[in-house]
Amino acid sequence: MTYLINGQIESICVEYQRDRHRLLDIIRSVQQKFGYISDEAIDEIARCCSIPRVEVDSTISFYGYLSKQPRGRITIRLCNDIIDRLQGMERVAAAFREVLGIDFGRTTADGNFSLEYAPCIGMCDQGPAALVNDVVVTKLTGDGAREMIRDLREHMDPHRLVRTLGDGNNAHELISAMVNNNIRQRGEVIFSEFHPGEALRKALSMSPVEVIKEIKTSRLRGRGGAGFPTGMKWEFTRGAAGPNKYVICNADEGEPGTFKDRVLLTECPEMVFEGMAIAGYAIGAEQGIVYLRGEYAYLNNYLEQVLQKLRKQGMLGARFCSTKHCFNFDIRIQMGAGAYICGEETALISSCEGLRGDPKNRPPFPAQKGYLENPTCVNNVETLCCVVRILEKGAAWFSQLGTTDSPGTKLLSISGDCRRPGVYELPFGVKLSEVLKLAGADNAAAVQVGGASGQMVGSADFHKPISYEGLATGGSIMVFGPHRNVLEIAHYFLEFFIDESCGYCTPCRVGNTLLLERLEQIIEGRGEPADLDYLQQLGQSIKALSRCGLGQTSPNPVLSTLKNFKPVYEQLVKVNPQGFRSSFDINRALEEASRITERRSVIYE
Amino acid sequence: MNDPIKLTIDGVEVEAQPGQTIIEAAGVSGIYIPRLCHYQGLKPHGSCRLCTVTVNGKPMASCTQPAGPGMIVETHTPHLQEFRRQILEMLLVEGNHFCMFCEKSGLCELQAQAYRHGITAPRYPYLFPQRSVDASHPDIWIDHNRCILCARCVRASRDLDGKNVFQFVGRGRHKQVAVNARARLADTTVNLTDRAIGICPVGALLKKRVGYQIPIGQRSYDHQSIGAEIEKSPCSASKK
Ligand SMILES: Cc1cc2nc3c(=O)[nH]c(=O)nc-3n(C[C@H](O)[C@H](O)[C@H](O)COP(=O)(O)O)c2cc1C
Ligand code: SF4
Ligand code: FES
Repeated sequence: MTYLINGQIESICVEYQRDRHRLLDIIRSVQQKFGYISDEAIDEIARCCSIPRVEVDSTISFYGYLSKQPRGRITIRLCNDIIDRLQGMERVAAAFREVLGIDFGRTTADGNFSLEYAPCIGMCDQGPAALVNDVVVTKLTGDGAREMIRDLREHMDPHRLVRTLGDGNNAHELISAMVNNNIRQRGEVIFSEFHPGEALRKALSMSPVEVIKEIKTSRLRGRGGAGFPTGMKWEFTRGAAGPNKYVICNADEGEPGTFKDRVLLTECPEMVFEGMAIAGYAIGAEQGIVYLRGEYAYLNNYLEQVLQKLRKQGMLGARFCSTKHCFNFDIRIQMGAGAYICGEETALISSCEGLRGDPKNRPPFPAQKGYLENPTCVNNVETLCCVVRILEKGAAWFSQLGTTDSPGTKLLSISGDCRRPGVYELPFGVKLSEVLKLAGADNAAAVQVGGASGQMVGSADFHKPISYEGLATGGSIMVFGPHRNVLEIAHYFLEFFIDESCGYCTPCRVGNTLLLERLEQIIEGRGEPADLDYLQQLGQSIKALSRCGLGQTSPNPVLSTLKNFKPVYEQLVKVNPQGFRSSFDINRALEEASRITERRSVIYE
Repeated sequence: MNDPIKLTIDGVEVEAQPGQTIIEAAGVSGIYIPRLCHYQGLKPHGSCRLCTVTVNGKPMASCTQPAGPGMIVETHTPHLQEFRRQILEMLLVEGNHFCMFCEKSGLCELQAQAYRHGITAPRYPYLFPQRSVDASHPDIWIDHNRCILCARCVRASRDLDGKNVFQFVGRGRHKQVAVNARARLADTTVNLTDRAIGICPVGALLKKRVGYQIPIGQRSYDHQSIGAEIEKSPCSASKK
C-alpha cells in the first residue's frame, strides 16, 4: 500500500521536475489525489525533492486549504465574510450543521463531508456563498443548503449542483459556474470595445523604453491598493541586473469585498495576458506567472485554454514579431491555497517559490530581487488591463480621464446594504455619494472603503472622491445600513487579520490579538474610557512597527471607527463607580480553578 | 564604489561600509540598538522589531535596513523607547514566561531587555497559550512556552550547522518551531555541539542537566545591562 502511494507521489514530483520551488503545486496535487497530505506523503515528497521534511510541513501548515488530516470526499467551505454574514450566512451555517450532524471544522463519520469556514471568497455580490470542493455555490439559503446536501448524498458530484449557469463566460463549458458577473456600469477604459493583439503589436513597434515612457506619461498607478506608479516600477525592473526577469500578475484578490479581478479573469483574460506580455516586453522578461487565488480554481481550466489559444496564435510561447521587434514570452499559472497574505507581493513571490507565504525583508525590492532572486515586476490584474488600453488608445487619452493624481477609471466591487451590488467602472474622482446612489444604497450609514485594510467612513465623508488622494481603494466598497453595528464589523475585520497574519513579526502577531481582546471588552460593556486611548496607542504602534502591509493596516478597522464613529464607543465605556476595573470578572478568574478542584467558590457565587 | 557611506546616527556623523546594516554601523560607533532576533553571523531576520529606529523620521528595522548615504537615523527617542517597551511587553504576555525559576534567568536576553527598558510588569493581559514541551532527546529539550519565534535556531541549524533541524510551522498565532522529524526532537540529527542549541536567547532550547550552574550574582546580566559591551563611551550609555 505504502509502496503504491509512494509511486504516485514520486510521479507527481517528477511531473514538476522534483523542483522544490514547485512544492506548492506538488502538495496541491498530492492533496487532490489523496484528499490530504499524510505523514508518509510528507516523507516521500521530501525524499523526492531532496529537501528536509520539515520544509514540506512548513509549507503545508501555512495554507488554509491544505490539510494534514483526512478530510471528507467533499469539503464545504462556507464564506463567513462580514457581507455574507449580513446576508444570512448564520441560517445557512445552521442548516449545514443540522443536516450533516457535525460542527464546522469537522468531518462526517462516513468520511463524505467536511465543513469549514472560509474568509471572503470573492462573491460578496451574490452571497451567502460557499465553495464545494472547487465549485462555487452562490445565494445560499437554509433550505438551499439542506437541498444541496440531499443532492450531494445522491450523486456526490459538486458540479451537478450547478443548475443555472451565470452570465457571460461563466456559462462557458470550461467554467460552467453559477457565478454572475454583475457588471453594472461599463466605463471607457476596461469595459469598452477591445481588439485583442492590437496593443501588443503597437508595443512591439516601439522600443521597450518608449513603452515605459508611454506608461509613465499616462501616469497609471497600481490598481492593487498601494497605487505605486506602474511606469516607474517597470523602469526599476528593466534597469535591474539579471538575465531572467519575471512579470507576475497578482490575481490573489483576497481583500474582503473585492471581486472585480474575478470578473476580469472571467470576461477578459486575453486582455490580462496581453498586458503581461507588454510588461514583459517593456522590462525585458520572457516569463510570466499568474498567481491565482485558490478560491478561483474553477477558472483555471478556462484560463489554461485561453493561454493555449494565444500560444496557437503565436502571441505566447514563441517568437512574436511586429514589423520592428520580436520577443518571446510565456505564462504559467500558479495556484494559491488559501492565504490572504499571499496577495502581498513579496509573500506572493515566496508562495510562487514553494515556500511558506511569508513576506520578504525589503530591501531588496522585487524589482531588484524577486522571484528566485530575479528582477520581478508584480502588477494587479486591473493594472495590466489598463496597460493594454493605454497602448491601444494612447497615454494622453488615458490621463485626461479621472483626476490629476489618479488618472483613468477604477473598477469598484460594491456589496452590502444596497440594491445593485456588483462591479462598476467609474472615473477616479467620483464622489462616494454618487457611487452609493448608483448602487442603490439609499440608506447607507457607514461605508468600508478599501476592504478590511481600508477605512470605515460615515456620512460626513460621503462627499469625498474615490481616488488615491481622497478615499483610496483597491476596489472594495462595502455598504452598511443604519441597523448595522460598526463595532461588530470592526471586530470581524480584526479577527480576519489575526487569522491571516503570517505570524512573522511581533507587533502584528501579538498586537492584533491584544487589540481584539480590548475591543471585545468594550463591546461586552466592560470597557472604561481609558480603553479608548489604549486602543488608539496600541493600534498606532502596530501600524508603525509591523513588517509588511498587512500589519501596517490591520488596526485600521479599529482606528477608523474610533475616528469616525467615536460616539458608538463612548456610549459603551463607563467609569466603574467603585473604582475597580470593570473588565475584571472574579467568577471568570476562578472558573478554571473551580473546574480543576470541582468546587465552587462560597464567597463569590 | 567601495567608498564608506556617511550617515548621521543620533546626531553624530558616522561612516558605514557598503552593505552594512544600520544596527552594525551604529554598533561600530558605540551605539547599541536593542535587539532580540538579530545575532551576529546569522542572516538578518527582522521579526522581533525591537531594533526599530527612525530613518528620516520613518520607523524601520535597523537589523535589515542597509545604511544609506545621508540617512538621518534616530535610535533612542522617547517614542522609540516606548515602542520597544510595547514589543517587549507583547512578547512577555504572548508566551508563558516564569523568570523567577527559569534556568535562563540572568542569562536570558528577553529578561535582560525588559530590565534595560525598565519593565517591571507588562501592561497587557497575559494570553496564557497552551504550548507543549519536547523532552524526547537525551541531551536537549524544547520548551515552546518560552519561545519568542526569533528563528535563531532555524537559521543557525541551516546556515551554521548545515542541518535544518528546525523550521517554523503554522501561521499567525499558531506559528511555532517544529523539528525535522514526524514529531520528536529525538528523531532528528540534532547534537549537543550544534551551534543552534546555544543560540536561543531565552529558555526555549535548553541543554539537559546543566541548569542553574552559574550562581546568582555572576550571571551575564547581573552586573551590566544587555548591550553594555557595545556601549563603550559613557556618553552613549546615558542615552538609555
Ligand atoms: C496584505 C496585503 C494583501 C494584498 N493583496 C493584494 C491582492 O490580492 N491583489 C493585488 O493586486 N494586490 C494586493 N496587494 C498589493 C500588492 O502587494 C502589490 O502592491 C500589488 O500587487 C502591486 O500591483 P499594482 O502596482 O499593479 O497595484 C496586497 C498587499 C498587502 C499588504
Ligand atoms: S505584519 Fe503581519 S503579515 Fe506582515 S510580516 Fe508581520 S506578521 Fe507577517
Ligand atoms: S533585531 Fe531587528 S527585528 Fe529583531
